[in-house]
Amino acid sequence: MNTHPNSFRNQPDERGHFGEFGGRYVAETLMPLVLDLEREYRAAQADPAFAAEFDDLLEHYVGRPSPLYFAERLTEALGGAQVWFKRDELNHTGAHKINNCIGQILLAKRMGKTRIIAETGAGQHGVATATVCARFGLPCVIYMGAEDVQRQSPNVFRMKLLGAEVVPVTSGRGTLKDAMNDALRDWVANVKDTFYIIGTAAGPHPYPEMVRNFQSVIGTEARAQMLDRVGRLPDLLVACIGGGSNALGLFHPFLDDTDVAMLGVEAAGHGLDGDEHAASLLGGAPGVLHGNRTYLLQDEDGQITEGHSISAGLDYPGIGPEHAWLKESGRVEYTAVTDEEALEGFQLLCRTEGIIPALEPSHAIHAVSERAKAMDRDQIVLMNLCGRGDKDIFTVAEKLGVEI
Amino acid sequence: MTRLQSAFLKPHPAFVAFVTAGDGDTASNLNALVAGGADVIELGMPFTDPMADGPAIQNANLRSLGARTTTADVLHHAREFRERHPDVPLVLMGYANPMIRRGPEWFADAAAQAGVDGVICVDIPPEEDDALGPALRAKGIAPIRLATPTTDAARLPQVLEGSDGFLYYVSVAGITGQQQAAAASIESAVGKLKAATDLPVAVGFGVRTPEQAADIARVADGVVVGSALVDLVGEHGTDAPRQLKDLTAQMVSAIRRATEGTHA
Repeated sequence: MNTHPNSFRNQPDERGHFGEFGGRYVAETLMPLVLDLEREYRAAQADPAFAAEFDDLLEHYVGRPSPLYFAERLTEALGGAQVWFKRDELNHTGAHKINNCIGQILLAKRMGKTRIIAETGAGQHGVATATVCARFGLPCVIYMGAEDVQRQSPNVFRMKLLGAEVVPVTSGRGTLKDAMNDALRDWVANVKDTFYIIGTAAGPHPYPEMVRNFQSVIGTEARAQMLDRVGRLPDLLVACIGGGSNALGLFHPFLDDTDVAMLGVEAAGHGLDGDEHAASLLGGAPGVLHGNRTYLLQDEDGQITEGHSISAGLDYPGIGPEHAWLKESGRVEYTAVTDEEALEGFQLLCRTEGIIPALEPSHAIHAVSERAKAMDRDQIVLMNLCGRGDKDIFTVAEKLGVEI
Repeated sequence: MTRLQSAFLKPHPAFVAFVTAGDGDTASNLNALVAGGADVIELGMPFTDPMADGPAIQNANLRSLGARTTTADVLHHAREFRERHPDVPLVLMGYANPMIRRGPEWFADAAAQAGVDGVICVDIPPEEDDALGPALRAKGIAPIRLATPTTDAARLPQVLEGSDGFLYYVSVAGITGQQQAAAASIESAVGKLKAATDLPVAVGFGVRTPEQAADIARVADGVVVGSALVDLVGEHGTDAPRQLKDLTAQMVSAIRRATEGTHA
């Protein structure tokens, strides 16, 4: 890794800080645990056998490397830059989430932990966690907002098929952030045997760094594939952002490639001018929640407000601290796309490429459409297609006024 | 001598009583705790995401926020309490985000002006002390830290460094208001803490009955009760002050009986 002082790739510092963001804002009971986790993670990083097992599972269980795909008809339809996709929606379980879960379950196993907990919003991280728990024979408890349990019943059933216990969360307002609160409450009461698999590049250090590193397989592969296929790097990277793990996974290996621009796409919900959005960076302010200092949706007293997005996977009032730092440093540009625009992106990809995307990357597809049109035909946009849309067809049908 | 120091120099262990600000009639609730004999008041600052708390205090937070309690309201309650009870120490307890929203200096200054003696911030461990600790110390407010069953001997000095007022020993690895740890394990843990610090050690988490309070009073400098009190506020509404005073008086009586003739 490039570690010269001006690198964008050498964060966080030894205290887990990305500039003024990140850190370890946890209760004292958990503090020794996150310190222990960091020690074990550093040991695993230095152990070639850990990397070998991770790589082997990614290849033979997850199906990596995921393809790099030139979206020819979408490119024609837009009439601008070439659009390429990193096809992480083809992974086992249908999204990028599994990359991180493989890494964390290997770490849990290494640490001798015998019980896994996780939070989930739409259920993709819950399914990925339940999957690796089944694969490694560990009991698994998934905390999920009670309303999401109703809305995402197919994913709840998937988790149960995989042997997980799904706990509907009714504390607070029964949403993803409350599911994370309940997962933290479980962890603090079961400190000896339990490993908490956090689903995005957020939470107390070392989670943001660790999740980013596990997900960086996306960008590392894409960079090599791009050089192999077209002999140069893309001009623009695009990815959607909830907590931000798929975007960091794509961006991080390119951060020191100064000619590669990057665009992170947040969920603007019903629009940034109101309260009904989930754009923490563009519509929030710095604060402390769930173990890290980052941009949060909050009121003037620091009370956390609820995000809204058509996509349950983006519907979280915070964002990974590295994104907060990348925004302030100016290295990555951030924008936001509304529910309506995401639906347009969803349908556009279905019709032009025969790919049904998840609603999360549909936000990025809309942003790609806008940007590509304004770029030259010899330029290249690379987007992470981080999840497939099977889980979302009911939501989309309802929005389009179709009964299925 | 500070108000907190005086409270722990009484001839009996201190009874530390917690209620959430803005949950019910806060002024009357606080008066009732003092009337019942509480030695230290912990006033909870409500937060949308009280991730270290069990259902009792979670619900108190929801009730308070449902009544639109603001940070200004919390500070107002503190200031009025200080005017009514000039000698009873008052500690604000809560989570980082509401405390640092306008900057740590703003919060420390406002709390000092309201007559607050100490601050317990659940999710600022020693590693992140910069986020609030220096601002509190500059205003003479005690940063009160938590020690837990997971705080081992190697880590304890770091917890004690920069800690003031008293040390709050969380007797169980878990959330507030759940089961209490065995008396023997509390005694052993408090002994280790007291060997490492001159600060008074108060023990909390899971203390719900006068009997449990008495058990802790035999081995510690203070007993913290929160969930059992806020449950009374939730159940009894306008009649809560009378209930709070009664339970506080029972706890205080049990604590003093348990330690008569034994406590320095």
